Amino acid sequence: MIVLRLVIIMVAMLLLGVAAVLVLIRMAKGPSTLDRVVAADVMLAVVIAGLGLEAALNRHGTTVPVILVLSLLGFASALSMARFVADRDKAKKWDVPTHFAAGVPDRGGSRGGQERADGLGTANGGDTADGPAPTGEVPR
Amino acid sequence: MNWGLIADVTGALLLLLGALLCFAAAVGLLRFPDVLSRMHAATKPQTLGLLLLVVGVALEVRQPRVLGLLFLVAVLQLFTAPVSAHMVSRTAYRTQQLDEDSLIADELADDLARAGFRRVDRAGDPAGDPAGDLAGDLAGELAGDPAGDHAGADVGRSKPRD
Repeated sequence: MIVLRLVIIMVAMLLLGVAAVLVLIRMAKGPSTLDRVVAADVMLAVVIAGLGLEAALNRHGTTVPVILVLSLLGFASALSMARFVADRDKAKKWDVPTHFAAGVPDRGGSRGGQERADGLGTANGGDTADGPAPTGEVPR
Repeated sequence: MNWGLIADVTGALLLLLGALLCFAAAVGLLRFPDVLSRMHAATKPQTLGLLLLVVGVALEVRQPRVLGLLFLVAVLQLFTAPVSAHMVSRTAYRTQQLDEDSLIADELADDLARAGFRRVDRAGDPAGDPAGDLAGDLAGELAGDPAGDHAGADVGRSKPRD
């Protein structure tokens, strides 16, 4: 029975090692930043699992506070990276809603204005004379 | 066969299951096509895998102090994992980093359009070379007008301005 327990935990550790290598491959390849963020999240889960396995194997609780801190703060990295990508990426699919922009109907001079001015300028065609003139250029 | 041995083997099996979930997540992360489907694989070890692991460790290390800490770990992970997953998927959707052909329904698009969001063409998209037609079509689609009706789309779009 003791041997069975040892073998099972060793197999679990082996699986975790392979998983870590696969996650590293994705982190290196990942075409976008968000792929790498997701891979980092999984890597964190693998690290937590490894610490737990070590605590279980040696029957001590020394690493449990470390697991606690990792699970408490692990989400902060993904969250801040997600916000960073959202701010940095000018290629936006969805623009801010008009009524969220504090009185100014079409905000956008600050973010992604360049693409919008280009795209809508051609889309409006002859319309540019009357009013809606490139919404990206409305001053805030 | 005493209870200690049963707890040992059961705990080891639970640990193995948790590690198996981590491995499956890694394989999914490597093989799935886009960010959202990769997240589908990636969020399994963060919740279920960690819960299995915590129960396994609790069965192996039978100390009350460790039990309390492990309970805290489980609760905190259950609270924080959805937050980061939500933010990452939201950013992925808004920056168009998803495979739209793999979507069956895009209900979020309707809701966003109703909430006043407006679809913006992705700059540097090889498909949308004239960039004007595509943007007009998308805006028309979202405003509920027949696609391609640029004048109607523009009226619908400039309405909230007044």
